[in-house]
Amino acid sequence: MVRHRIVCFFTAAQSEQPIIYRLVKDYDLVLNILKADINPQKEGFLVVELTGLKKNYTQGIRYLRDLGVRVEPLSQTVVWQEEVCIQCGACASFCPTGALAIKDRRDMLVSFDNSKCVICGMCLDCCPTRAVKLHFEVA
Amino acid sequence: MAVKRTYEEINEKIRAGRAVVVTAEEVIDIVAEKGVARAAREVDVVTTGTFGPMCSSGAMLNLGHTCPRMKMSRVWLNGVEAYAGLAAVDAYLGATQLPENDPENKVYPGKFLYGGGHVIQDLVARRPVRLEATAYGTDCYPRKKLDTVITLDDINEAYLFNPRNAYQNYNCAVNLGDRTIYTYMGILRPRLGNAGYSTSGQLSPLLNDPYYRTTGIGTRIFLGGGVGYVAWYGTQHHPNVARGPNGVPTGGAGTLAVIGDLHQMSPEWLVGASFVGYGASLYVGIGIPIPILDEEMLRFTAVKDEDILCPVVDYSEGYPYCKPRDLGFVNYRDLRRGKVIIEGKEVPTTPMSSYPRARKIAAILKEWIQRGSFELTCPVQPLPSADADIVVHTLVEREARPDGE
Repeated sequence: MVRHRIVCFFTAAQSEQPIIYRLVKDYDLVLNILKADINPQKEGFLVVELTGLKKNYTQGIRYLRDLGVRVEPLSQTVVWQEEVCIQCGACASFCPTGALAIKDRRDMLVSFDNSKCVICGMCLDCCPTRAVKLHFEVA
Repeated sequence: MAVKRTYEEINEKIRAGRAVVVTAEEVIDIVAEKGVARAAREVDVVTTGTFGPMCSSGAMLNLGHTCPRMKMSRVWLNGVEAYAGLAAVDAYLGATQLPENDPENKVYPGKFLYGGGHVIQDLVARRPVRLEATAYGTDCYPRKKLDTVITLDDINEAYLFNPRNAYQNYNCAVNLGDRTIYTYMGILRPRLGNAGYSTSGQLSPLLNDPYYRTTGIGTRIFLGGGVGYVAWYGTQHHPNVARGPNGVPTGGAGTLAVIGDLHQMSPEWLVGASFVGYGASLYVGIGIPIPILDEEMLRFTAVKDEDILCPVVDYSEGYPYCKPRDLGFVNYRDLRRGKVIIEGKEVPTTPMSSYPRARKIAAILKEWIQRGSFELTCPVQPLPSADADIVVHTLVEREARPDGE
């Protein structure tokens, strides 16, 4: 089984077709739509998580590409908005990898090291000022 | 000879730009280096600070009269209801009030992304706020409906009036249960997974003036980035509690009711807060200057985190169901270092109050006093202290009869 998050970009003509239906029906993929902007006769995009057998996933992606749908892998990023952060430090006690951390217990300042972040999302709930945000980005 | 100072002498030095002002952190090092007697001779004022979630906060607003006039019976600001059971266009907006359509904890745990505290922050940030009101209409106030957009500068009086702030000490919150719980002390993981705490410890105003000798009614303070005053003792002010040998209470004790003009405050020091599973609140910045009237006051202000104890309280059963269980005490040095030992287990600590922000408040207040723009005030009336014999009541529930008798 594989699980991947992708972004599909549709042309105006493609957005009129039941493409996602075929993906479920013919390739037995489980779909979880995370974000979508599809309008009739307009270009659109779909952020979707696909789960299924590796063979089915590969064939499903090939089907999309053969149709001319641009498919890009998706990456999530945690964004720490320093200007919104009040430096309480609650996040540092929940972050499992020390990406959000209080490095010096004398000054108690919170810092964020993106390279250590595993995007578990724990910080999103424990931050009282909502200074941490999850962003979806096309890799 | 032991040092003695009056408020007037200190203010004269402030006006002359000669006052020696240090923060409650700096005074610790000065005492370590020079001793209490010499430090007391040299230091005139010690500044304190705290920046934490303070739910018992709110703003009194006079919205101004409409034409035709209206006696507003219900008022909403950005969808959050303000209490309007006052004169025609007065309303009190509470920090924890939620929007009418908030899902609350229906999908548990709720997010509580917006509430009264956020509206207050939006107001001081000068952001436009939607004002809606309804009324039943009278001969003198005929209007029944209003839907408009205001800013803080459009309305008349707007003052922060917080019935309970600056709690002198507080619980260290843990969870002895088997599931994660969502509290006003933050997210608490099961089986002593973490320990929440909320105070600036050695920087905190009332921990530096444990018997409220210089902090009283009328004391001028730093409030929300502007100047405010102690209006009264806060609700649940409970000064006659157990205290350590340094006079510092070993649990929640004194509180302050504070007041100040919202127009001169800042969104940096009044910040709306969302506690997942609990509700919305407001972070309030408070700084209180402590005049060093004598050696005793200096000794009080030199209190260190390691000498301030707080009780460990279980929030899975102990707090909500009033089943106290002795889990001992921890000190703020260990809490701030990130780990405490509870029931033999090493527990990571989760701060709710911002120590860096508290330090900044103490530094700003110090700068105001050094610049001569902030003078000290002698309290008009002291707060009830350790000898006050205040009894804390829990609510007595009686059977209510339908006829009201």
